[in-house]
Amino acid sequence: MVSKAVEAPNVGFDFSNYARNEFFGQRLQGIPKATSTGTTIVGVIFGGGDSGEEPGVCLGADTRATGGPIVADKNCEKIHYLTPQIRCCGAGTAADTEFVTNLISSNLELHALSQGRPARVVTAMTMLKQYLFRYQGHVGAHLVLGGVDVTGPQLFTVHAHGSTDKLPYVTMGSGSLAAMAVFESSFKENMKREEAIALVSRAIRSGIFNDLGSGSNVDVAVITKNGTENLRNYEMPNERGLKSRNYKFRRGTTAWTKESIRSLIVSEEVKSTTGAGKDQGGVEVVAVPTGAGAGGEEGMEIDS
Amino acid sequence: MALYHNAPMAHSQEPTAAPIEHRFNPYSDNGGSILAISGKDFSVIAGDTRQSEGYNIQTRYARKVWQLTDKAVLATNGFAADGNNFVKRVKQRLEWYEHAHHKPMGLKSIARMIQTMLYGKRFFPYYVYNILGGIEEDGSGAVYSFDPVGSYEREACRAAGAAQSLIQPFLDNQIYFKNQQPEPGSQPFIPGNLPLATVLSLVVDSFTSATERHIEVGDGMEIYIVMNKGRTTDDLLGEGKLQKGMQIEELGALGEGSGERTFLVRQALKRD
Repeated sequence: MVSKAVEAPNVGFDFSNYARNEFFGQRLQGIPKATSTGTTIVGVIFGGGDSGEEPGVCLGADTRATGGPIVADKNCEKIHYLTPQIRCCGAGTAADTEFVTNLISSNLELHALSQGRPARVVTAMTMLKQYLFRYQGHVGAHLVLGGVDVTGPQLFTVHAHGSTDKLPYVTMGSGSLAAMAVFESSFKENMKREEAIALVSRAIRSGIFNDLGSGSNVDVAVITKNGTENLRNYEMPNERGLKSRNYKFRRGTTAWTKESIRSLIVSEEVKSTTGAGKDQGGVEVVAVPTGAGAGGEEGMEIDS
Repeated sequence: MALYHNAPMAHSQEPTAAPIEHRFNPYSDNGGSILAISGKDFSVIAGDTRQSEGYNIQTRYARKVWQLTDKAVLATNGFAADGNNFVKRVKQRLEWYEHAHHKPMGLKSIARMIQTMLYGKRFFPYYVYNILGGIEEDGSGAVYSFDPVGSYEREACRAAGAAQSLIQPFLDNQIYFKNQQPEPGSQPFIPGNLPLATVLSLVVDSFTSATERHIEVGDGMEIYIVMNKGRTTDDLLGEGKLQKGMQIEELGALGEGSGERTFLVRQALKRD
């Protein structure tokens, strides 16, 4: 009996390339690996209570992007924009954090437009977790989501498999333990804004110096109901010093096998004109049938 | 569009594949990098001091470069436990040699001994890349590099470890003058003849650059300089010869001393 091909359903995922990719995986040296960002990202809620300050959220991130043990980017941005009052720090696969963040940002804008009011942080969190759960962890985005909405300051972590946490202080990424050590020893409720920024940058620095996957600079974002303050490269504790030698090569250092110089201008003819619409001497005016200029049926033939 | 009726799966992928083995792995990789460059009458052997495992720093100061005799320095890289133990055994063999022959072992003999010691563990190797630098019996600077099972050769320069792929091409260009054309009418480049000051700057720039782009390199740097007897030390100890932040000390003679001098230069590297 001839086995019948399985009918593909018209909804859901398409696995038709699975077998092909397995085959390539055997033939080549494994399936290609995506660039992963070893990262330290953190967030804290501050203000409120008897601090006398506006309640808000402070987010932080380092700026190192890695591919295996190699530093791919020394100063990348890991605090992504979702809405004017919501930001999202991303760890994990760089492309996934970038795309998932852009997608949800777009959907949040449409949501705000259709509802006639700014989207809440829980809405962003729900959209993110439902999207990530659908991909069963294959979209490698590990996020710290923070913002201020009508219900006040909100802070979440979202894992790649779709689970979420709601906490007053959070950390994620390969440097999460180093950063959490700082939070566990020094976090206080109802901190002042400046205290929160100092704590966040200390937590990120802990990741930068103690986790090899994190490095370079400290980025901070502070969100209150009055708006978001982006403190890009808030601290730069790892600037490179001067090199001891100058590596400028002498002109002619590189050997060559042959030299050929071609002029890009093949022929050139310059004619002076008196101006637009005026009679231009030496220019032949060709009559073209009306409606058949360039792009028209007859016009097309002029080029051929 | 259709799914395969019988997906062409790999045997290892099938549910009835062989049981998963859980075996003890005695090795680990502790990162870091080493390099050595020889000159006409000196040799420079350097390494960073970070020891790591995965994304964790085990220590910011672990020694990777070791003075063996008055004219030999050994740098080890790879699995730190094997490296430390290998150096311990090399030193022991050197001591035995001195008791038997009443003189320290020469550089090329140390190199040959290291080969036999490494190959002696051919089927349970020391997971270590070794670079031996120092002064040869004829007074010239020399560098010997080894693979983990004892294959070795004498070279003008060699980088090994995590950032080998970053540093060696740089050294090929700057020491061996690869891909560089001399100025028309001028003398051809001769590798292995660079002045000490140039070699030191190249070593420093190798490590600061590797620190920028490799996560396992950083924290600190130790540079050993072995000089032939009678050689001037003005280009190292002279006023303003060392860069800012560098500390230097002379390591006293280990035995009776035959005139060679060994200096140790330390410099901090970025800690992120």
